[in-house]
Amino acid sequence: MVHSNMEYIRKTGLIVFITGIIIFLASFFLAKYSYTPETVDIHVYETEQNMLLKKVMEPEEGKIISWNISYIKRVSDAMARVNIIQLETYSIKDADLDNIISISRELKFSLSSIDSVFEGSSREAVFKRESFKAYGSWLDGRVFDSETDMKGVLSGISDDISHYEIAGKKGFDRYRTKDLKYALTKAASVGPVRDHPILFILLTYGLCIIGAVLYLLPGIKELPGIKNNHIFNNQMTNRGWLGILTGSFLIIFYILLYYQPEYMTNWIIMVDPVSMSLKGLEAGRFFLYGFIYTLAILVMGVRMMIKYRGNPYQQMRTGSVMFFQTAFAFLIPEILLRLNKPYFDFKNIWPLDYDFFFDNSLNQLLDSGTLGIFMLGWGISLIIIGVPVMVYFFGKRWYCSWVCGCGGLAETLGDPFRQLSDKSLRAWKTERVIIYSVLVFAVVMTAGVLYTYWSGSSQFAGLNTYSVREAYGFWIGAAFAGVVGTGFYPLMGNRVWCRFGCPLAAYLGIVQRFKSRFRITTNGGQCISCGNCSTYCEMGIDVRWYAQRGQNIIRSSCVGCGICSAVCPRGVLKLETGNEKGRFGKPVLLGNESLLDSR
Amino acid sequence: MKHVVIIGNGISGITAARHIRKLSDFEITVISAETDYFFSRTALMYVFMGHMKFEHIKPYEDWFWEKNKINLINARVNKIAVSDKKLHLSENQPIDYDILILALGSVTSTYGWPGQDLKGVQGLYSYQDMELMEQNVKNVKHAVITGGGLIGVEMAEMLMTRGVEVTFLVREKGYWQNVLPEEESQLISRHIRSHGVELKLETELQEIIGDDNGRVKAVKTNHGEILECEFVGLTAGVKPNIKLLEGTPVETGRGILVDPYLKTSVEDIYAIGDCVEMRIPGEGRRSVEAVWYVGRMMGETVAHTVSGYETAYKPGKWFNSAKFFDIEYQTYGNAGNVLLAGEDKFYWEDASGTKCLKLVFEKETHILKGINVFGLRMRHEVCDRWLKENRTIFYVMEHLAEVDFNPEFYLKSEYEILKQFNEAGFGPEVVLTEKQGMLSKLIGG
Repeated sequence: MVHSNMEYIRKTGLIVFITGIIIFLASFFLAKYSYTPETVDIHVYETEQNMLLKKVMEPEEGKIISWNISYIKRVSDAMARVNIIQLETYSIKDADLDNIISISRELKFSLSSIDSVFEGSSREAVFKRESFKAYGSWLDGRVFDSETDMKGVLSGISDDISHYEIAGKKGFDRYRTKDLKYALTKAASVGPVRDHPILFILLTYGLCIIGAVLYLLPGIKELPGIKNNHIFNNQMTNRGWLGILTGSFLIIFYILLYYQPEYMTNWIIMVDPVSMSLKGLEAGRFFLYGFIYTLAILVMGVRMMIKYRGNPYQQMRTGSVMFFQTAFAFLIPEILLRLNKPYFDFKNIWPLDYDFFFDNSLNQLLDSGTLGIFMLGWGISLIIIGVPVMVYFFGKRWYCSWVCGCGGLAETLGDPFRQLSDKSLRAWKTERVIIYSVLVFAVVMTAGVLYTYWSGSSQFAGLNTYSVREAYGFWIGAAFAGVVGTGFYPLMGNRVWCRFGCPLAAYLGIVQRFKSRFRITTNGGQCISCGNCSTYCEMGIDVRWYAQRGQNIIRSSCVGCGICSAVCPRGVLKLETGNEKGRFGKPVLLGNESLLDSR
Repeated sequence: MKHVVIIGNGISGITAARHIRKLSDFEITVISAETDYFFSRTALMYVFMGHMKFEHIKPYEDWFWEKNKINLINARVNKIAVSDKKLHLSENQPIDYDILILALGSVTSTYGWPGQDLKGVQGLYSYQDMELMEQNVKNVKHAVITGGGLIGVEMAEMLMTRGVEVTFLVREKGYWQNVLPEEESQLISRHIRSHGVELKLETELQEIIGDDNGRVKAVKTNHGEILECEFVGLTAGVKPNIKLLEGTPVETGRGILVDPYLKTSVEDIYAIGDCVEMRIPGEGRRSVEAVWYVGRMMGETVAHTVSGYETAYKPGKWFNSAKFFDIEYQTYGNAGNVLLAGEDKFYWEDASGTKCLKLVFEKETHILKGINVFGLRMRHEVCDRWLKENRTIFYVMEHLAEVDFNPEFYLKSEYEILKQFNEAGFGPEVVLTEKQGMLSKLIGG
């Protein structure tokens, strides 16, 4: 009877949870878009662009657009239109160039010729004069071989002005376009979510949390002991349709989040009240992300606590990642913003925190007084002292499965998928090539960034440091860590990023492999090669390979989650720290005395 | 170049093959009719319960065998022609061998119960048994398991994951009491019951009753009770698989009889693992020991002998382990179900009744003879050393912290155990050797 009551509560929880998910998905579509000039006034503070955009958008006033795709298209078309208008107005024409050439004596370019070609005090003339002088001053006094030659060089300058100066100062360059597409779409959203965000928070997050808790709590009534029953018969946890669907959803979510946030404005509007109450500002996409991320870690952390409740090691480290995510990654940075201090996650470490040394981060810290200097010092100390010292005493687990945010999500939301990691030798070989490549990429990228910071030159070792950092952000920071890192949980296990990509894990791992007191000890001759340890190793380490030959497990990738030890049916594995001497141990299986002499 | 042929790809046969490969350049062939590749027999239950897939219980990737030049043949050996050193197989051409290693494993023991061949009645040993069980449990509501050993409790756990109600018949007064002392047996009996298994002690199977389709519909116990069921698990132990040796000159008793070099009565034929009966068992060891570890050790040993490094099989101190639902069990040395003459015991059980420690020692000298431990993990290396060094129980108690193998942050039971030990008054009061503090543990050795 008790049993069936529990089942009833579980089923109710599942239904409530799914209802919450459905409302969340539906809320994506529950907006209409209504253009008002005020939306432009709030976000476009440059007078000329403001006026022009409003003029171009004028026909949209009073219309109600039902689909975000359609509204976003209108907004971006309008911005493109403004760019064309501005280009028409401010660009230097062919005739202007011919003019310059004709007044240049003996094909010698003189900067003073600019003043006579673009004379007058009109806005256009002033802009053309100034920009041509800025972009072409280096040509002053140059003598050309032919008119064609001269024209070629001059039109190069004119093109640069069109691309950078006009787009940047008179129109909308690609960064601004991306930001405005999002901001204007969000500002134009109307509908039930905009009107009742808190109600929707309750109907989505609220129901999901209640449902999840109802689903999980009855587990307390069961006897403690890790139950992995039917994990490989489950559509979610064995790459079944449910797993593929969930993975696809996560991948799409990440792609929108990183690359097309204008499509998820309704979800961001929903958490505006939370953001307002925390930092007094509207939510951005990364606030939404942080909010969902933290909730996922907390709710699934409760699941971990229940599932592994016979195992204090698991409970302690789960409590630890729940704490570090909530306090250090989510609340403290938001509160710092409210206090007009720099946004800072005290537990994030370069090179995982790859933009730590970006010029805008550095400048922000340097401009923030004592606190900023402390943050800078703290961040650097973690890299050069914190990592090696802590890894020496505890192994890389102190960070990867106790503190880190990526690890935190992997160990909570990702726990049901840990068995999907590839244990083959081929996977291990691939892992080593990729993860150390990313580490090298991160180091080279950061070296370039710092070089540019100090020298002012954007060229470093033949590379444009801005392109390199942008490529890193796009491919590693967003695509690998986010889209692949989490989207692939249900497909390749919960540590894809940590195992194949994370440059900090690579650094921690090198220390763990060569200079640490940490090891997983194999207990004498007790291994029965059952494979539970390898199967449930999220890092894809073939733990059994070592255990069945009586050898300690020391691997750079081991994050010390301790699940191998937890699922071992014979008590063979123990995570330990101890004297470095004899840490690797000899591969000896206890029990057989026949071979003592021949050994 | 000699051709070594091994029949059986279980832990014994495969360990032998791997070590012969390390020690020689012989041609090695392993024949099995069970599966293409070696798998961990003890892990079959986890595949059934969905903890793992079959591929996960293969300890080596499939490329391993070709890379190490170990030929694998999936076929049944029908006949060993000892005189011309030939094996006749079910599928392939006959195979010649220079050295033959028999690693034939076990078969389920049955005792001629009426109805034991009915559909839905089975043991659990091989891969095929697991597949059969997969078929047999379909639409089963109630199962009866008979025979209170390790396979019985595994089968109960497996069936529970399919929502089957399980009645477990055990001949003794407590579960596995032909091996475990009474206290331990009671502890596990309670634990089995707490998982919802109906444990009927001092009850034996008398008859299995079938329906019109030849499928089991009930069993009758020795008390005359009729238990309706659609599945019967026969788990009253296993016995050496020696059928293949019928009609050959290879001498058998309960198992294949071998000398200390694991040689059978026929030249160039060796036997290892479950199928073996030692003519002279080592001290404190039994003549037939059907456990994983023994198979592995024999495989390692015979590999040396056939590779030219003649080595007698000398197992060290007995050890074993198991898991009963959620409770892990480890044993070291000899702590059997009855105390031998001149032996005494110390037993500690925690308040929850799910953890316990048993020490068996010589009354006179207080020298440790054996350890049983449930719900706690102990360091094999330390236990083995204590037994070999003839440590007294006072020494053991003093050094309890050293033997702890539980994961970090587990509550320590040492002080509780020690308190009870001192109260028992076996001798002078024992003080626990200073455990390393957090700080000294970090910085010191």
